[in-house]
Amino acid sequence: MFAFIIRRFLFAIPIALAVAAVCFSLVHLAPGDPLTAVIPADAPAEVVIAIKEAYGMDRPLIVQFGSWIQRAVQGDLGVSVATGRPVMGDIGLALSNTLTLAFASAFIGFSGGILLGALAAFYNGTWVDKVATAVAITGVSIPHYWLGLLLVIIFSVQLDWLPSMGAGPGGSSNWRWDWAHLQHLVLPAVTMCFIPMGIVTRTVRATVSEILNSEFVVALQARGLRASRITLHVAKNAAPTVLSVMGLQFGYLLGGSILVETVFSWPGTGYLLNTAIFQRDIPLLQGIILVLAMFFVALNLLVDVLQTLMDPRIKRG
Amino acid sequence: MNSTTQNLSAQAFATAAETAAISRGYWATVWMRLKRDKVSVACALVLLSLVLMAVFAPLLAPYDPAQGTMLKRLSAIGTTGHWLGTDELGRDMLSRLMYGGQMSLLMGLLPVFIAFLIGTSLGLVAGFFGGWWNTLIMRTTDVFFAFPAVLLAIAISGALGAGFVNAILSLTLVFIPPIARVAESVTTSVRNLDFVDAARASGANSFTIIRVHVLGNVLGPVFIYATSLVSVCMILAAGLSFLGLGVKPPVAEWGLMLNTLRQSIYVQPWISVLPGLMIFITSLCFNLLSDGLRGAMDIKR
Repeated sequence: MFAFIIRRFLFAIPIALAVAAVCFSLVHLAPGDPLTAVIPADAPAEVVIAIKEAYGMDRPLIVQFGSWIQRAVQGDLGVSVATGRPVMGDIGLALSNTLTLAFASAFIGFSGGILLGALAAFYNGTWVDKVATAVAITGVSIPHYWLGLLLVIIFSVQLDWLPSMGAGPGGSSNWRWDWAHLQHLVLPAVTMCFIPMGIVTRTVRATVSEILNSEFVVALQARGLRASRITLHVAKNAAPTVLSVMGLQFGYLLGGSILVETVFSWPGTGYLLNTAIFQRDIPLLQGIILVLAMFFVALNLLVDVLQTLMDPRIKRG
Repeated sequence: MNSTTQNLSAQAFATAAETAAISRGYWATVWMRLKRDKVSVACALVLLSLVLMAVFAPLLAPYDPAQGTMLKRLSAIGTTGHWLGTDELGRDMLSRLMYGGQMSLLMGLLPVFIAFLIGTSLGLVAGFFGGWWNTLIMRTTDVFFAFPAVLLAIAISGALGAGFVNAILSLTLVFIPPIARVAESVTTSVRNLDFVDAARASGANSFTIIRVHVLGNVLGPVFIYATSLVSVCMILAAGLSFLGLGVKPPVAEWGLMLNTLRQSIYVQPWISVLPGLMIFITSLCFNLLSDGLRGAMDIKR
């Protein structure tokens, strides 16, 4: 088992490097010069060369990549072309806001999904099961940015119950755990929770009903175990599968928040990414995608390791 | 197989022939099961009418989707002459929703279709030839799996810039790895079956084996998987347009309409809901139909 964990860690290194290479090469996907945003159109040739030198863009690609990685590992992702500020500081602030939102939605979505899915499996074929199936299919079919808009129309425009913009009063971007800020969290968190809720519901329902039909559960029932004890056994067996799905979904919440963050002007990584794209701020774009992708790689690693620890039967080559 | 038939006794042969007579072919069975499923039929009909609506929009739409009157900006749903109201430039919403279907459906289907062709080919090669090919193809897909799909689509689109072709390109790239992975795992399991060895022993070359014996077994599961991606692709494609990374105005597209109408939620909130409702209905129908198809193709059930 420990051999597997070590192997899994080692396997993450080339993946992380390749991910970094993809992020780096995004610059060269972009049409035109990545420095068009800073170089004035009528700049003389020597100024252009000077700027390129300042940004290190005159060196061969592989050298640029090497030094980019070297600096990224030390936490330096370069300087924003648009604002002139270090990219890392802006991303750090935005990431904490995105994490707040992701944790809130994950909490609602996962607990709702586990509850619904388990109930649906225990009461197979009843109305609970039908509700769970409906939630599962709606969760994966609904365009979440539209759901966000719908919630804004109902709860902000029509009823005027909840704010629809920013992460705090007056468009503040500094999150704090108080009532005024929490009100701002409600709508985006509810909007984002539907996808994970749908998928977790579906997974839990399938996994639990499969376990409930297995022989050992019948044996436990035959031995006269109380329902609560049997539930414990079922939960223990369902946990690895459900955990891996939840880990993946949490990663999607981090990486997929851009649309919802745009709807609610939530000052997170998605909102920042949107800004970076439209200002053609390549260092910022690269930085955000690198940080989010690394989070995702780390999350996958964590899920795999946890899964192995929880279920030693899992042996992988 | 010849030898098997010869070994059968006359009795068994008669029974087998009888079963063959009443049993339909695989696809006929799937079709029959699908027809019995009310939800699938309803979804298929809704999708069919949406496609017809989009294709025949030039004949059906009461107004020009690009022509508006500033005097009639944002009229409410139910206004005489504009039953679904008008948008922020006074263009008829019903006409725009009809025309919008062309782009939105195309952007939902085309990337998955291209990715299906490329992904299946890659998966077949990786799964069938194994070894070095497998390592090269599957480790490359691993890298793409290290990105959340939405992030990858937006990152590529963002780097390439807005536009229809770029959006299709980025979405296709996002869907190739998952399809290739499914195709690879199915191919690997089929490759080790006896009939493949039998075909090789009778002198068939790799291409013939893939074409005759493997492809038919791989296409089904991969096709089901691809149909389940269509709704994701619809939502993502409209999402790109919603961010301003898809088609450009004044083209009618549901995601883009949602984006431009977002500014009007304080004036005519329910009009801005319409394009999203279309995306939702379409993606819901694709999902339900894909589920129905999965059920119908699962012969073991």
